[in-house]
Amino acid sequence: MQIGVLLPALLSAAVAGAADIPQERQTELANLLKQDCGSCHGLRFKGGLGPALLPENLSGKSDAALVDTILNGRPGTAMPPWRDFLSAAEASWLLQQLRNDTSQ
Amino acid sequence: MSRLDFSLIFFALLSLAGAAESAELRGTGDLGVIVERAAGSLQIVDTTHRARIGQVKELGDLSHATVVYSRDERYAYLFGRDGALTKIDLLNASIVKRLEQAHNSVGGAISQDGRMIATSNYTPGGVRVFSAETLEPVADIRAEYGEGQFSKVVGLVDAPGQRFVFSLFDAGEIWVAEMKAGTAPGIRKFKAGKQPYDALISPDGRYYIAGLFGEEGLAVLDLWDLQSGVKRILPDFAKTDEKLPVFKMPHLEGRALVGDHWFLPAIGHHELWVVDRRSWQIVKRIPLEGQPVFVIARPDERQIWVNFALPDNSQLHVIDTRELRVVKKLNPGKAVLHMEFTPKGEEIWVSVRDDDKVVVYDTETFEERARLSADKPSGIFFTARAHRLGL
Repeated sequence: MQIGVLLPALLSAAVAGAADIPQERQTELANLLKQDCGSCHGLRFKGGLGPALLPENLSGKSDAALVDTILNGRPGTAMPPWRDFLSAAEASWLLQQLRNDTSQ
Repeated sequence: MSRLDFSLIFFALLSLAGAAESAELRGTGDLGVIVERAAGSLQIVDTTHRARIGQVKELGDLSHATVVYSRDERYAYLFGRDGALTKIDLLNASIVKRLEQAHNSVGGAISQDGRMIATSNYTPGGVRVFSAETLEPVADIRAEYGEGQFSKVVGLVDAPGQRFVFSLFDAGEIWVAEMKAGTAPGIRKFKAGKQPYDALISPDGRYYIAGLFGEEGLAVLDLWDLQSGVKRILPDFAKTDEKLPVFKMPHLEGRALVGDHWFLPAIGHHELWVVDRRSWQIVKRIPLEGQPVFVIARPDERQIWVNFALPDNSQLHVIDTRELRVVKKLNPGKAVLHMEFTPKGEEIWVSVRDDDKVVVYDTETFEERARLSADKPSGIFFTARAHRLGL
């Protein structure tokens, strides 16, 4: 019962956290997303050395799993951990950008 | 009007026409291009006057875009991330022909005789070959492995004997394709190691060296002696050290063989490896302040210039090839992506992506000579590449 109450609260906290990212930092993150993530995933996220990250490619995957991939990388692949550059809220913000496909 | 007057006017008109024409006539040996990766455009630049002379737009997704030149140095062949191959006339700053040849590409090469262009594709995985003149298809080499899988292709270079050599990232192989007119390409395949991420060919065209991401060491193929197969070098070298996360794959280039030494970027380490040319043993590990990406010798081979992966990508280091140590550190700006020497190396052009600029340095004094604005610049390619193997 308690967990059921807590989980939505945590989730909304994460979303609120993303909204709290200052505009200046959002600009930096958007540049990182396009230029640095884009180096491997394509500037239009249609894939490269890394897989495509278009909304349809991400649709079946949970936020938690994708944020974990961003922060901790995927061992055995070329995807590095970005945790030294990003907070969990920032990774979540990046993911929402990809899901909303605002890059186009 | 006397006959004399008439002929005077005639000559005056002739010389006017001549003047107009000579303003248009020019060589291309001091030209080059700068890729504007996000805008999908190319600047055409003149390295003598350190100036932009033209721009070509609407070239698609140019992340990781590369360029090779026709051997008359008039045409640039641009390979875009989105699989487009574009032939560009430097003199007219115009697109001669554009082809959507794959869905996802990473580079290309021009054959020894200048008649064929090959593309290195991720999707569909393989190499496609086209006529350099018309861009009509010549061959389609699918990088098939396992049970009907296709591998991403990296490290594509031209080699003597009308050959293209390339590596299969997913299959862990090196393939040598011999292109003879009128017949299907002759392919020879070699086991290389896990996840070759890029490769180089030595300036003499003899050695093809692939860097490995999935395991330690590099794979070397002696193209003068294919019978001997791939030799693995430095296999145990870095095992004892903790490998750092790689935020950008190093790029291997043949312009890093100097005298008795190869200068190779150490993937996952803040080091440059100096390797003996013949024994393939490490001579020295030069410490750096980041993970190297491009390692390029000045044309006279006195210096090696190195740029870095995130988060150290605002710097450049210069290594003296005689002393084997860093002799100069520069800070051109945010996100230094690429650098290109002028043909004889008195200057180097450096692209600084996040500052939207290209900085030109004097390579003796390290003073800034010029600064050009560019929209998120990445690769810089000068026409002197036209006459070098593997570039």
